[in-house]
Amino acid sequence: MSNSLVPVALRRIPWGILFLVAALTGFGLAVLYSAAGGHLMPWALPQGVRFLGFLVGAIVLSRLNERQLKSLAIPAYVALVVLLVGVEALGVVGGGSRRWLDLKIIRLQPSELMKPAIVVALAAFYDHLPAAEVRRFNAIWPAALMIGLPFLLVLVQPDLGTALMIAFGGVTAMFLAGVPVRLFVGAAAAAAALTPIALARMHDYQRSRIEIFLNPESDPLGTGYHIIQSKIAIGSGGVFGKGFLNGTQSHLDYLPEGHTDFAFATMAEEWGLAGGIGIILAYAVVVGWGMRVALGAPTRFGRIAAAGLATTIFFYATINMLMVMGLAPVVGIPLPLISWGGSAMMTVLICLGLLMAIDRHRKPARL
Amino acid sequence: MKSRVLTDQALAFSFTRRALMLGAAQLGAGGLLVGRMAWLSIAQNAKYDRLAESNRVQSQLIPPRRGWIVDRNGRPIAVNRTSFRVDLIPDRLQDPDRAIDELRQLLALSHDDVARIKEALDKAPGYQPVPVIENLDYERYAAVSVRQPDLPGVAPSSGFARSYPAGAAVGHLVGYVGPATAEQFQATRDPLLITPGFKVGKEGLEKSMEPWLRGKAGAKRTEVTAHGRLVAELTTRPEQMGHTLHLTIDAGLQEYAARRLGPNSGAVSVIDVATGGLLAFVSMPAYDPNTFSDGISPTEWAMLSGNDHLPLTNKVIQGLYPPGSTVKPMVALALLQWGVAADEIVHCSGVYRVGNAQFHCWRHSGHGPIDMRRAIQQSCDVYFYTMGRRIGIDKIAPMARDLGLGAKFDLPYAMQRYGTVPDSAWKLRRYKHPWTAADTVNAAIGQGYMLVNPLQLSVLAARIASGRALDPRLVLNRRYGPQGPSLNIPPSHLELVHLGMRDVVNTGGVGSGSASRLPLAGIEMAGKTGSAQVRRISMADRRAGRTASEALPWKYRDHGHFIGFAPVEEPRYAIAVTLEHGNHGGAAGQVARDVMTYLFAPDRAMATLATMESGWGGDIAQRMAADVARWQAGHLQTAADQAPAERSTGEPD
Repeated sequence: MSNSLVPVALRRIPWGILFLVAALTGFGLAVLYSAAGGHLMPWALPQGVRFLGFLVGAIVLSRLNERQLKSLAIPAYVALVVLLVGVEALGVVGGGSRRWLDLKIIRLQPSELMKPAIVVALAAFYDHLPAAEVRRFNAIWPAALMIGLPFLLVLVQPDLGTALMIAFGGVTAMFLAGVPVRLFVGAAAAAAALTPIALARMHDYQRSRIEIFLNPESDPLGTGYHIIQSKIAIGSGGVFGKGFLNGTQSHLDYLPEGHTDFAFATMAEEWGLAGGIGIILAYAVVVGWGMRVALGAPTRFGRIAAAGLATTIFFYATINMLMVMGLAPVVGIPLPLISWGGSAMMTVLICLGLLMAIDRHRKPARL
Repeated sequence: MKSRVLTDQALAFSFTRRALMLGAAQLGAGGLLVGRMAWLSIAQNAKYDRLAESNRVQSQLIPPRRGWIVDRNGRPIAVNRTSFRVDLIPDRLQDPDRAIDELRQLLALSHDDVARIKEALDKAPGYQPVPVIENLDYERYAAVSVRQPDLPGVAPSSGFARSYPAGAAVGHLVGYVGPATAEQFQATRDPLLITPGFKVGKEGLEKSMEPWLRGKAGAKRTEVTAHGRLVAELTTRPEQMGHTLHLTIDAGLQEYAARRLGPNSGAVSVIDVATGGLLAFVSMPAYDPNTFSDGISPTEWAMLSGNDHLPLTNKVIQGLYPPGSTVKPMVALALLQWGVAADEIVHCSGVYRVGNAQFHCWRHSGHGPIDMRRAIQQSCDVYFYTMGRRIGIDKIAPMARDLGLGAKFDLPYAMQRYGTVPDSAWKLRRYKHPWTAADTVNAAIGQGYMLVNPLQLSVLAARIASGRALDPRLVLNRRYGPQGPSLNIPPSHLELVHLGMRDVVNTGGVGSGSASRLPLAGIEMAGKTGSAQVRRISMADRRAGRTASEALPWKYRDHGHFIGFAPVEEPRYAIAVTLEHGNHGGAAGQVARDVMTYLFAPDRAMATLATMESGWGGDIAQRMAADVARWQAGHLQTAADQAPAERSTGEPD
């Protein structure tokens, strides 16, 4: 290693993963190019430029060492909670909900940054917690508070998808930290038991949403329309798709949000099952790499953070794809690197940057 | 410290285990995604492919043009004219209020129209177009077409509308067309039925010949966006026009007869004696089928259904009347068949006694000694009382049936009434009473239980004229030549009756139908008048001197009939005319005279008609328009009284 001409800093970068992420984004740009009817504008070109910017950011982030990360984790979390409160107070209303802080240069969406931040902050919390305390109540209530606060703040924006993602990321970190399994089982059982009561107390429109998710055909022109048209796009693509630029569902506007939340369906119509498996595999490799980084991390902070960040990427991609395939309710989660929009891309590249930072401290594999 | 280290190790081990569990769950989720996607794109590919295609491709039916209805010479009776229309496609409307507002200005829609369109839009199931306006002029159609790209969901289109050049004169003959009913669509689910502008036959020939006339729909396949914007025309399959329906009708005669009926309520039926083909099939007054195909307004409907001249009834086949004296030639044939000698004399004193009852001859002073030929000529009731009673009803009724009375003829009309030819068995069956001599006496002059329709009367005339069992028909088929098996009536019998009927018309003031004489050199018409009592003249009427039908209110006056054929020697045309409440057969005979004249000398007949129509206030269309105006003036006050209550629910302008 030491006799190589390439500087250590460059050799430490996991080029394979970066190349894969770039390829996935490139594929996403092709989908956006097609969704715009064969044009770079308005989506593909800005998205590509944005990716390059975030990529540089991720590499910069990867230069942080673990100590710096750990010390920044809790302050960053606190700052984001303050920003979330700020959003409630002075945020910009867009699409019926309050999500952004308009900082003139960029529209900052603190809830998005909270997804990696909650994982890293919890990792830091559990790193500080004495091992003996892990099975005690002291390991639970601060974590629950740390998750619950941003969850509720995002929920009232209202942005159910992001709130759930924050909760999932946080709970995953708790699980990885070693909090007794019976707690999770108990919580799941309690949720299941409470479901009928919750259903009974729901508003009619909320119940109808659940009904539409279970049977989209019951509201073919309303909320169910998205799911139906998305399934038509995916199903009509077949094994190899209708060919690049030949998708009718997206080009003729039958598929709503074909460039954002339902970009996967736009892709699947033109590239078919083959394209879909390609994307799923690419995510699997990225997430799998993140999990291996976690398994190889020397510290408790690194392990929990890395596995939590990898799982955040996993949640992002999986929930979106389950949603467009009609297996999960439509909650408004984009497919990172593929869907138009910077937030999800930024989150995933932050996760990648942090993973790369942790990877630099990987101990020699012992397994 | 020791336990701390141990616990750290335990925690690290626990982390590895949990991370592997998490990884396995992630792999499982990945597998689920791949499986789900494979299910959608392989197992259900065909289904979703079809759905994507039906999203993309909008199939629009092109309604077929209806086949023409033409007369025996190919002259059009029902044709198609180009018409322009505008519809709204609810699925594709982005801003219904703006679209309706634009259309309101472009098309000068009324408040009521807008309300109707909005209501229809609320109820429409998305794909089904909502009609905005039909029968648009080209300028307005073009104005909408130009704005169409800015108004998604607004669909201007050109199509064909049924048109009947002769208007009301062919109303009962052809019927009319209209939009299919919801029930019809439910029954067949044929999307053609809900295509805007498509009409089905609703009545008459248009209804019964629907399969022949309809044709085959074409289709236009276009690629459209979710917002209804047209992307490309894919393929177009042209529609196939329906078959042409050739009728035996003579369009000129049909229209002439209808006009000649004037303000009367009546029917004219003319038969080609060689083939049985109907040359005229007229019932007046009638509705104008042109206005019916556009959808009849409540005003028109109320006016038509409230009219005591029954413009909605096809009197040729639905009107039943006692035939009166028109049956006398038929009775004479029965008498001859059953051995009554033509030269046997009956003394008519003006009255005939059956038991305690007295039966009067129409001429109260009596005809004196009279034989069969003169009895026909002068329509002597007592002669037929006497002789009819001699042979009895059960010998008269078979002849009546042979000559077409009470018969069911196979004509393409759903609603027909066939009347009654009574005999002793019929009365016993129907009334549980035996037949009496008085019943025979009544039947012998076409009164009592006997009921016929005008079509049967024309068949009666045609069969007497030809001696053959002609069946009337309406659809021209070139394979049919002269038809009708012989009735096996000896030529001498027919000759005598023909002479009697000739005398009715052609012996100056002596014959009962002398006003019907044709104004043509060398062509004589034979005929017989008939008056059918609507209301028996009571003893009180006689004492008050109200023996003349003219003195009674219109609806109690006698019906007047005339049957005839011409030329006498070699009959070519047979005719029956019925004038409801026309007092007696004389007026009907004059109608028959002019209609028959038209067949031989149209110009001459038209000249007669022109004078008459100027006295009646114009031709049919002009008189109907005047009727509407009068009717509306009469109902204006009522409408004004009701208006405020109706308006209160309307929105402000």
